[in-house]
Amino acid sequence: MRIDALDQENVRSPFQRALRIVLRDKTGLIGVFLFGTVLFCAVFAAYIVPHSPIEQNLRISRQPPGWHEAGDWEYPLGTDNLGRDMLSRIIYGSRVSLTVGFFGVLIAMSIGMLLGLVAGYLGGTIDNVIMGVANLFLAIPYLLLVVVVAAVLGRSLINVILIFGFTNAPLFVRITRGEVLRIRKSGYVESAVSLGAKPGRIIFGHILPNLIGPLLTVATFEMSGMIFYEAGLGFLGLSVPPGIPSWGNMLAAGRQYIQFSPWIAAFPGLAIVFTSLGMNLLGDWLRDVLDPRMRRSAS
Amino acid sequence: MQRYLFTRVIQSGLLMLGVLVITFFMVRLTGDPARTMVPRDASPERVEQMRVAMGFDDPLIIQFARYVGGAVRGDFGQSLHYRAPSMRLVLERVPATIQLTLAALGFALLFSVPLGIIGGSRPGTIWDTLARGFGLLGQTVPNFWLALMLIVVFSVELRWFPTFGRSGFASVVLPAVALGFFPLGQFTRLIRSAVLEVRSEDYIRTAYSKGIEEWQVLSRHIFRNVSITLVSILGVQFGYMLGGSIYIESIFAWPGIGRMINEAVQARDFPLVQAIAVFSAGFVVVLNLLTDIAYALIDPRIRYED
Repeated sequence: MRIDALDQENVRSPFQRALRIVLRDKTGLIGVFLFGTVLFCAVFAAYIVPHSPIEQNLRISRQPPGWHEAGDWEYPLGTDNLGRDMLSRIIYGSRVSLTVGFFGVLIAMSIGMLLGLVAGYLGGTIDNVIMGVANLFLAIPYLLLVVVVAAVLGRSLINVILIFGFTNAPLFVRITRGEVLRIRKSGYVESAVSLGAKPGRIIFGHILPNLIGPLLTVATFEMSGMIFYEAGLGFLGLSVPPGIPSWGNMLAAGRQYIQFSPWIAAFPGLAIVFTSLGMNLLGDWLRDVLDPRMRRSAS
Repeated sequence: MQRYLFTRVIQSGLLMLGVLVITFFMVRLTGDPARTMVPRDASPERVEQMRVAMGFDDPLIIQFARYVGGAVRGDFGQSLHYRAPSMRLVLERVPATIQLTLAALGFALLFSVPLGIIGGSRPGTIWDTLARGFGLLGQTVPNFWLALMLIVVFSVELRWFPTFGRSGFASVVLPAVALGFFPLGQFTRLIRSAVLEVRSEDYIRTAYSKGIEEWQVLSRHIFRNVSITLVSILGVQFGYMLGGSIYIESIFAWPGIGRMINEAVQARDFPLVQAIAVFSAGFVVVLNLLTDIAYALIDPRIRYED
């Protein structure tokens, strides 16, 4: 009976397993829903916004949300200090956040995976040098590094992406290297080596496929982290130029009016919480699906 | 143990040298540090003046030697904005930041320890849900937004706490809660999973089967294990909170180094920025060193390694 159950577990495809875990663990489903909503907003922003996100109308500036007695459902989340529709700006803001998060992680993961593979596989001096530099960057308070570099380079979307991509790479180097070392010690790699498999075959056939699970999980959490940090930079006036609707820029503007018009700061922050909640739930779920060693944590 | 200590001290020294290299090149990222250190609309004469004043004309190696030589003596040059030695300005601001950080840490521990232990020892109950909920919220609520919302509710609406400044106990509460919310979540998660893991160990079952009261098992066996986990991430947490204080201190006008970083960056006062960066990194490096030593003292397995 017990052996049967184990067998069944093994014949399931990853897709079936994913489906089963989603159904068993409702939080994964919530994560998919939250993240899906944000992704939808980012992709179809131009078609779903009720108003222009940049057009100013000072006659209706700082109008409270629709449910407020002074509000108007024409602007469901109210308007900002320049009379721009909050809802439309939040929808457009998701584009900046997801772009920075996605490309930032892509760069960080590419650099980190490459260097981590080299360090973990070759070992020796190269390993020491790569890990020395990685640990060095991890020793500096991350936010400080990011803030200073952003201030030196100036406000632009490309700069922000590059900053996150490069400063986040050491984390991926460390994780990749750790996984490579673990996988190299495993029985199946040892037997492949003793059967005469060449390094290329071991790296591409054995190590890389096993790296994808853990790295993808970390990538989800890191992407959520970058969305956080981008908003933080925007809050300090160091992210994308002020004309672009981003959650951080909106927060920075809202801060000035916190006393009498708190919704201007409240809603972009809620959007960040919404997104990061989705990505964290998604990450937990991915870990359960992709990383068998962690699976018991789901129960 | 001695060999372990020796290697860790050498490593920390190398790390600090690396920090100096990074902070040196950090202000030269655009290729023209003189341009970086003046306002964006500055005249070419002003840029040239800065270039000469800061010695950016000299060969890079000479500039670097000068930088390291000064740094070793604690000299990071004059702050461009305050016209005073940078490191002295930083040190003046340190007590306020340490006070805030400790308050935040205290807040985080005060709630995470009971929550994590109760949640972990009663899986599936409402306490467990609460512990997991806070663990998740700590990760997903940005501290700068939380700070603004705390001001809206507790300063503007309820008028319980001041909106900004550093004047007595009431003024530290909101900034400490905002800064401590992330560690609160992280500690809760760590403690909960540590308790869950320890609970299933044989010696805990033995302790229970001997008829030892639950609170005794918790305090004697489980809490000791959990404290190891906590100590091991304390250094990392301090580094995080130093970063987080950039927002929190700016929002609450708290006169610490976090606010100073923001001001220095906005004023393009990069000698001051360098001093802050080196100080903060040094602080974290020393703290990590101390944590590792403490860790080695608590956990015999590390002491006897190699």
